[in-house]
Amino acid sequence: MLTPYKTNMELLRFTTAGSVDDGKSTLIGRLLYDSKSIFEDQFEAVRKSSERKGLQHVDLSLLTDGLRSEREQGITIDVAYRYFATPKRKFIIADTPGHIQYTRNMVTGASTANLALILVDARHGVIEQTSRHSYIASLLQIPHVIVCVNKMDLVDYSEDVFNKVVEQYHQFASKLDINDIRYIPMSALNGDNVVNRSENMPWYEGASLLNTLETIHISSDYNHEDVRFPIQTVIRPHATEYHDYRGYAGRIAGGILRTGDEVTVLPSGLSSKIKSIDTFEGTITEAFVPMSVSVTLEDDIDISRGDMIVKSTSLPELSQDLDVMLCWMRATGPRPGAKYYLKHTSREVMAMIKEITYKLDINTMEKAEGDVVVKMNDMVRVRIKTTQPLMIDEYRKNRITGSLILIDEATNETVAAGTIYSLQ
Amino acid sequence: MQKYYLNHLQELEAEAIYVIREVAAQFDRPAILFSGGKDSIVVTHLARKAFWPARVPMPLIHIDTGHNFPETMVFRDKLVEDIGVQLIVGSVQEAINKGRAVEETGINASRNELQIVTLLDAIEKNKIDAAIGGARRDEEKARAKERFFSHRDDFGQWDPKNQRPELWNIFNGHKRMGEHFRVFPISNWTEMDVWNYILHENIAIPSLYFAHNRDVIYRDDAWLPVSEFTTLREGEKVENKLMRFRTLGDITITGGIESEADTLEKIVVEVAGTRSTERGNRSDDKRSDTSMEDRKRQGYF
Repeated sequence: MLTPYKTNMELLRFTTAGSVDDGKSTLIGRLLYDSKSIFEDQFEAVRKSSERKGLQHVDLSLLTDGLRSEREQGITIDVAYRYFATPKRKFIIADTPGHIQYTRNMVTGASTANLALILVDARHGVIEQTSRHSYIASLLQIPHVIVCVNKMDLVDYSEDVFNKVVEQYHQFASKLDINDIRYIPMSALNGDNVVNRSENMPWYEGASLLNTLETIHISSDYNHEDVRFPIQTVIRPHATEYHDYRGYAGRIAGGILRTGDEVTVLPSGLSSKIKSIDTFEGTITEAFVPMSVSVTLEDDIDISRGDMIVKSTSLPELSQDLDVMLCWMRATGPRPGAKYYLKHTSREVMAMIKEITYKLDINTMEKAEGDVVVKMNDMVRVRIKTTQPLMIDEYRKNRITGSLILIDEATNETVAAGTIYSLQ
Repeated sequence: MQKYYLNHLQELEAEAIYVIREVAAQFDRPAILFSGGKDSIVVTHLARKAFWPARVPMPLIHIDTGHNFPETMVFRDKLVEDIGVQLIVGSVQEAINKGRAVEETGINASRNELQIVTLLDAIEKNKIDAAIGGARRDEEKARAKERFFSHRDDFGQWDPKNQRPELWNIFNGHKRMGEHFRVFPISNWTEMDVWNYILHENIAIPSLYFAHNRDVIYRDDAWLPVSEFTTLREGEKVENKLMRFRTLGDITITGGIESEADTLEKIVVEVAGTRSTERGNRSDDKRSDTSMEDRKRQGYF
């Protein structure tokens, strides 16, 4: 009998990026199909569509194309989220297009990912797209990368070809800030090494893609060292039973918070101790990232949304002058002197881009200084000045307290996403 | 040494609570869209957790099509009383009476699309600036790209090209007067996740989800419940089947499946082993390939 739910199943989020031709959609379709996550009516619909299009095989990529205009054009335009699960883990795929004009979509999908799948065509090796996707994964600090060397069926499943590609990527990877990179030879079209190990590549001794996804160690990826608790809202029942209860509610963004901990509230700098950590199920003694809890303090301090509770022994930087890498998300670039809303965790302040330090070529990581024109999808290193202090960490240390977005004052659009660098 | 990680349901729950709290913090007049279906019941349960020990600080909105399963209405009223929230009911019948919506005619008539204008009217009348719903991204093609915070313009319309990028769970709820947001805290939950959560938390759900005997007719690949609104086609006959519903829409358009699953555990096992999608039996989704997308553009759920 099927036991669909195990209490120790983790959640893994990964990105897939690639263009129409390199087999990414086929790979995802294969993962969903072979792990039996595709429902019969979905498969039947795709089979009929493939037939209608005059295709000889069932085009698994059709499983993943959704919106009307995409179906007409045959390409994916935005970040699409796909879901599947095995008895070992639940997976969320952030599927994005591979073209450079969708860099911002890749950045979006990568922001919460534990892992990135980088697709490489075995015949072509590392190309511009490969480097671009890898640089984005590196800039967004995705902890794990799996290089999928695909279309091995077109190179006779040659071990030599695979090794050459691995060597090529390995050389290039020295520029990346990623610690865990793995390589898997596969054929998404034929199913080799995607879910099941390939019989065509006996020389490959590693695990299949799905097996790797199921077992890769991710629980250490969060920052468990430095306590960061941004306050979202204050809970005040005002009811007879909990008359004086004042709970500071939020999601732990870092570290492990315990009852009795000596804490500092920022930006005010006042100190207190944790009196209780509460949840609907009852009071608990410790909370860690990414739990949502409500916290009470020993002292009567005025705390509101946007403040942060941290352990007094490990303070974040308090700053109004930030060094940030922005991914620009709007067609028109930043206007000089323009003011933006800046959102950082639960805090919102006004900000200005003081200076553009350089523009980054996302294909080569080369820096262009001087007068740069910023367009959509550009990565630019900037200095930002804010009206009030923010409690920041380096993005390398904490992806939640090291990230921010800029919002256009006039149109309310999110115009940029930023990762924070240390000023030291 | 303690293991400091959450299992997938705990992580999804923490994320949903975070999203619901963001709504309360960023908007003045939020509300929860309640249909009586399992997803909106789970969202309401999550809202209780999010604000505990305070009460849920926002009303439930129910769009009454007049074609609801009677069991759903009973369930709704009891839930509202149990948790102590305000209930706002938008009536499709009233909208029809006022000439705001036109009743469909014909053998396949349904009030599904009429919900759009009724919902938008209820939002405007109550000045709701954020409506929290139980939609999930795995439900249907057009929802795969939906945001947690989905911006709707002042006509209540959804334009896929205007949706804001969502990074690191930082949500931009800025808007102009007259615009509102739909927020979907369980966007990352699958049908299995919802059922496992209901089982794990022992959440009360309408009896319709459990196997029971009912008079039905077999139409369009599904067992449609016989009600006062049913018109029999030629060749159709009423049968009494042991069956249950996987999804709860209007009684006029929701098909059920033959099933013996009369407990939560049995439902979970059945859903886990099932071979067709949850919404596969919804005739409102079958009208065209892009039914959901078209309805969303007009301001539907």
